[in-house]
Amino acid sequence: MANLATNFVGIKSPNPFWLASAPPTDKAYNVVRAFKAGWGGVVWKTLGIDPPIVNVNGPRYGAVWGADRRLLGLNNIELITDRPLDVNLAEIKQVKRDWPDRAMVVSLMVPCDEDSWKYILKRVEETEADGVELNFGCPHGMSERGMGSAVGQVPEYIEMVARWCKAHTRMPVIVKLTPNITDIRYPARAAHKGGADAVSLINTVSSITSVNLDTFSPEPSIDGKGSHGGYCGPAVKPIALNMVAEIARDAETRGLPISGIGGVTTWRDAAEFIALGAGTVQVCTAAMTYGFKIVQEMITGLSDWMDKQGHADIDAFRGRAVPNVTDWQYLNLDFVTKARIDQDACIKCGRCYAACEDTSHQAIAMKPGRVFEVIDAECVACNLCVNVCPVDNCITMERLPAGAVDPRTGRTVTGTYANWTTHPNNPSAKAAE
Amino acid sequence: MSASQTTPGIVAGRLPPEAYCENFADVIPPLGAHEAVVASDRCYFCHDAPCITACPTSIDIPLFIRQIQTGNPEGAAKTILSQNILGGMCARVCPTETLCEEACVREAAEGKPVEIGRLQRYATDTLMAAGVHPFTRAAPTGKRVAVVGAGPAGLACAHRLAMHGHDVVILDARPKAGGLNEYGIASYKAPGGFAQAELDWLLMIGGITVQTGRALGRDVTLDALAADHDAVFLGMGLAGVNALGAPGDDKDGVRAAVDFIADLRQAADLATLPVGRNVVVIGGGMTAIDAAVQSKLLGAETVTIVYRRGQEAMSASRYEQEHATANGVRIVCNARPVAVHGNGTVREVEFEYTRTGAKGLEGTGETFRLPADQVFRAIGQKLDGAPSGLDLSGGKIAVTGPGRTSRPGVWAGGDCAAGGEDLTVTAVAEGRDAAMDIHAHLTGGAG
Repeated sequence: MANLATNFVGIKSPNPFWLASAPPTDKAYNVVRAFKAGWGGVVWKTLGIDPPIVNVNGPRYGAVWGADRRLLGLNNIELITDRPLDVNLAEIKQVKRDWPDRAMVVSLMVPCDEDSWKYILKRVEETEADGVELNFGCPHGMSERGMGSAVGQVPEYIEMVARWCKAHTRMPVIVKLTPNITDIRYPARAAHKGGADAVSLINTVSSITSVNLDTFSPEPSIDGKGSHGGYCGPAVKPIALNMVAEIARDAETRGLPISGIGGVTTWRDAAEFIALGAGTVQVCTAAMTYGFKIVQEMITGLSDWMDKQGHADIDAFRGRAVPNVTDWQYLNLDFVTKARIDQDACIKCGRCYAACEDTSHQAIAMKPGRVFEVIDAECVACNLCVNVCPVDNCITMERLPAGAVDPRTGRTVTGTYANWTTHPNNPSAKAAE
Repeated sequence: MSASQTTPGIVAGRLPPEAYCENFADVIPPLGAHEAVVASDRCYFCHDAPCITACPTSIDIPLFIRQIQTGNPEGAAKTILSQNILGGMCARVCPTETLCEEACVREAAEGKPVEIGRLQRYATDTLMAAGVHPFTRAAPTGKRVAVVGAGPAGLACAHRLAMHGHDVVILDARPKAGGLNEYGIASYKAPGGFAQAELDWLLMIGGITVQTGRALGRDVTLDALAADHDAVFLGMGLAGVNALGAPGDDKDGVRAAVDFIADLRQAADLATLPVGRNVVVIGGGMTAIDAAVQSKLLGAETVTIVYRRGQEAMSASRYEQEHATANGVRIVCNARPVAVHGNGTVREVEFEYTRTGAKGLEGTGETFRLPADQVFRAIGQKLDGAPSGLDLSGGKIAVTGPGRTSRPGVWAGGDCAAGGEDLTVTAVAEGRDAAMDIHAHLTGGAG
């Protein structure tokens, strides 16, 4: 059986599934339930300086649903822990003592002055927690007070605070990044420069989930008003994957440990983050939607897949997808494919036809008897028909072999890699060697 | 309780009182709001959707289902009703399994179509519950049209004409309007007085006067109607019932299935409605199924449908056949009645097995008898007393195009007109299309 144990910047856990710093990790009661269910670690909900913050007394969450009210995205306006620091620290200490094999990381957010960080780091050290995560990510509430994403949006601040933290604690320091920036590489580089041991991402995406069309209040609505919240859940996973990949392949941050966060709902999501370089994954929305038991699906799914693939441990496939993430300019323009419709699998809904005819390249013919066929001379292989087809594997992309002529362009497929950098239409093209 | 399922003869009250309520409740319960959203999400919004083509009234089904999905059931209802003003009843009685739902691509893909009928009911019920009539009447044209028959064809025709500003008078021979919606549909398909509620809702358009108890040929002639109106639409259905043509078919206990169904629909208390211990229904269509199932639900001990051809030839859909057998009705195929036995009152029906020979259906010579206290004839209806001067085709009023009869100024549609299946939804389509043709004629828009 595959070994799921991880050692992330010296923090050991029996599996890569951590609960992210969030409501599920606010109290010993929840965390103990999580550990009993099998979670490998937790990042305790963000601690601050007393007096504790207060939360709104109206709704804290808004949601976006798919069919059958499946939760696709969740948005929250909850702040950091609203319990006294001493209460949290005592519980952290006790839980770590009771569950020594699980990862116990403590999330922190204090004002941007060195003394505040120094003070809280010492207090956390006393708990014997395994590490700290600097919350530079929350986009709501705390950011208005100069914390959370207000720090994460300024690389210089990230570097400065990371450096303070490394100077004042022996614990591993993870910097949690906000996605509410234009280029994730800059804050990651800053964290790295500041000496952070790792980054974790993404925190939530600034969002309004919906507008109530009766009251014209954004949701969630507090007495008729709303404030942007942090969006998370399955909907943000693609954003997170890209940001993780950008950091994993950036020359300046390559090799920097990453804890992947953002819409991890199944073992497959976790495996994808790990393939893009993440050493652990953090989960919140899936647990909030289904309860802690879902980790059992994640553990068994990942383990079964690793067994099938022959991956003995997490490191055996970690980062394996990173070399395949490249810039557009290096994509192979000699890779020519055409859509193929499996007529036996086709249920004749015509969605491929509508999509192609109305919004793409008029490359699908609708023939008598609702027979849909690809017109190779028009097909640019955009893949839209594959994406809108309700039948899995009914439409596939078939590669034209070397020597074949693409009837759309009249060009012969050479079988030789060729990209934009050498294309004659590129004004900056270099002559092919 | 004096009677039971085994009490001989034709008697009422075979079941405990509470059983009637349960047996005749909605056969397909309505969708709740969440169920409707989930069910609507299964629609693929097909291009040039096959379900639309399969619908005799060409309702834009993907559009109305998407309107439900996006939380606009009233808009969905308007999409439905703009094509089929009796969309509420059709949602209940259409054999969707042979129409839209059979054509649904999910039927082909997984044998489980989008529940179009139930979704249509959800949309139309939502609108009607709000008491909204989404259509407005155009300015009066001063034109007057007589519509004979307040059934689906007549009502659809009248509504469309009224919407275009014409004044419409509907005549119907029965004491209540609604036609087969009121008298001819199995009770459990449209419980709760839906037919009259839908009629009242339909008449909210204004400009329609309903005169019940007035029959063409008995109380008024076609000539008189034509003289007094700018156009006449005939949609009086098929009042006549075919005879068995077997010796003894006039014995007591033998009657038309449609009359039994009508009695059932009009009964205030089903416990007072008599039914046989052993019921035999002869025929293979929807009327046979409705009579047989309801006989069983009223407490008959045995109910047998006997059909002269093979089961695959029955005009009742496979779904309806299974509905009957699931309710305890036995279906015997390839047998035809040759005699009704009994001393004044039916006691047995004798059948002969059939086969398809060189000259069509023929008897095999082998016979059998079924005990019967009550026999229902459900071997088709016919047009009785067609107005003279109209060309007929196959015993029905011949029409060309959108319901034009051989007599100028007279249109026909629904079951009394030749062509098309005898379905509620087909009648609605024919009434609607005739109305549009009449409107074009009255306003000089057609040659």
